[in-house]
Amino acid sequence: MFSSLKERTGEVLLPGDEFCFEADDTISLAGPVQPDKVVCGPGLRRSGDRLLACKSGVLRHRPPNVFWLDSQQRRYVPARGETVIGIVTTKAGDVFKVDFGGSEQASLSYLAFEGATKRNRPNVQVGDLVFAQFLLANQDMEPELVCVDGSGRANGMGVFGAGGLLFTVSLGLVRRLLAPHSEVLADLQQLVPCELVVGMNGRLWAKAAGAQQTLIVCNLLQSADTMTAPQRRALFRRVAQGAP
Amino acid sequence: MKDTPLSNCERDFLLKAIEEKKRLDGRQTYDYRKMKITFGTDYGCCFVDLGKTRVMAQVSCELVAPKESRPNEGIMFFNIELSPMASPAFEQGRQSELSVKLNRQLERCLRNSKCIDTESLCVVSGEQVWKIRVDVHLLNHDGNLMDAASVAAITALCHFRRPDVGIQGDEVTVYSPDERDPIPLSIYHMPISVSFAFFQQGTYLLVDPCEREERVMDGLLMIAMNKHREICSIQSSGGIMLLKEQVMRCSKIASVKVSEITELLNKALANDKKARKEGGRCGFAESLPQERITALRMEETSVEMTDATERANDIVQKADAPPHEYPELGLHVVCLSASLFNRRRSLTASYKGAFPRGARPRCGSDDVVEISDSEEEEVVILHPEKPDKSLKKTGTSSQQKGAAASKKRQKK
Repeated sequence: MFSSLKERTGEVLLPGDEFCFEADDTISLAGPVQPDKVVCGPGLRRSGDRLLACKSGVLRHRPPNVFWLDSQQRRYVPARGETVIGIVTTKAGDVFKVDFGGSEQASLSYLAFEGATKRNRPNVQVGDLVFAQFLLANQDMEPELVCVDGSGRANGMGVFGAGGLLFTVSLGLVRRLLAPHSEVLADLQQLVPCELVVGMNGRLWAKAAGAQQTLIVCNLLQSADTMTAPQRRALFRRVAQGAP
Repeated sequence: MKDTPLSNCERDFLLKAIEEKKRLDGRQTYDYRKMKITFGTDYGCCFVDLGKTRVMAQVSCELVAPKESRPNEGIMFFNIELSPMASPAFEQGRQSELSVKLNRQLERCLRNSKCIDTESLCVVSGEQVWKIRVDVHLLNHDGNLMDAASVAAITALCHFRRPDVGIQGDEVTVYSPDERDPIPLSIYHMPISVSFAFFQQGTYLLVDPCEREERVMDGLLMIAMNKHREICSIQSSGGIMLLKEQVMRCSKIASVKVSEITELLNKALANDKKARKEGGRCGFAESLPQERITALRMEETSVEMTDATERANDIVQKADAPPHEYPELGLHVVCLSASLFNRRRSLTASYKGAFPRGARPRCGSDDVVEISDSEEEEVVILHPEKPDKSLKKTGTSSQQKGAAASKKRQKK
């Protein structure tokens, strides 16, 4: 299976494509055969003794043995522990309802902020942006968000947003921005100094010195979504020279 | 499904940007988005793309009995459908306020202006007339549905061919397209609507608002005109008070825009006619560009670069002390990069102020660059000098691509 996966790296797979365990791979006379372990990333799922592709995308490989499907997706599915940017829609008693782009709205308790007590309520209005992380996110229950980490500290989460612009991009670009040593981020840093909040639900918030600069950052990121790396570098170079 | 709510920061930013005459996609105040008109294989089917707003219009006809009050005239019927695929706010089946408003506006624009000669649609007076039905489907909502719908409707009517009829005594024979060529409708003029969005109680106005601009606007003025500068319909919604001068100015702008759009429309019709005559393949599938399965082709967003390069001392003065970094949660604070520092140095050779010593940011192995507090204390501006603006470029950069686009930008 490892060999068949390795062969098809870089190919486009469709949902339903499968890889089976091959019984007669190689028989070595020297010692016991060690089956290669394969670690499945997003987009690949194991069912019984087969490996199925459940998304459409390009098969990628990272040595030694990690495989995953690289797909473009804009619709976010909540997962526990992920940090997202949400918009507060209503205040219902002790709980805020937050829209994060999923199928239903998440609930955020007013006590889930740093330093919040029953007497000391956080200053959150309808329409504010919050940066929060998922405490509970499975498909059967209403998702829950919190703005504190396990030890009760805010750690960067909470209400924010005055003066910047919120825009949406695909989830692929968000992953590329949040990866360590992100090239997109490095190129952007050299071009326009800005403050950037990256939500894993595909929402970005940017603030630069002035409306013009903020719009430039926003347009650059939205364009970079669908470009390859050389195209993106060419675009950034053109913008750096001030050419139209 | 409910639509994404508009956050306060987006609203504030949009209003602030409009006050500075900046739009989200880099357009000027009076610029339209790129308009693309394509036709389907049947006569009378037309797709209009206005930026990302997408609309389809289809014209069909049948023989019916005329209205009793007008036995000599044909019947025109207009219908706009808000498809749920256009926006999560549209629900199937329910007639929302927006749908009623759009239907009413399209009817007033096309029916009351008498752009089609209905008497030519009469076959047998009092008994048989043609009923022309225009169905407009909204496929994607990115603002300014009315303009796109009106262009689509009138283009589809111009493109449509009805079957030829022969009358012998009392008998009416309808010839199929194979027997006799279908004939076009007789159209007197082409009314096209132009929408203006007003902000801050009528102080600022924008032509062709996109969806986010529509959400923060105070009111909308729709002017339907033809290229002979005759106003077919004016409608103002939102309850804003407009001065006479404002309305006159809007109508002047509308006449310019309408003549450009009419030219584009005629060119599109001519191209399609030529393609059909040559027997080339035409239709919706042909008008899609060839794309490979893994490539997502999106048009490049235009980035407006005027006034983008600031003077160096402005940057220093405006830089606030940044908060601490939070590398694991994606909150990045980006400081002035090394290249900007170098540029500053060359421009301000005779800078009197103390240059921050340790101000070289540590961009190396970390993916987050931080300025420590000590650097901020060292920056002292005594006599800031104004560097020359050699880096400033004038002229906007909105891209005007497209085969049939012939827009002339008016710098007002």
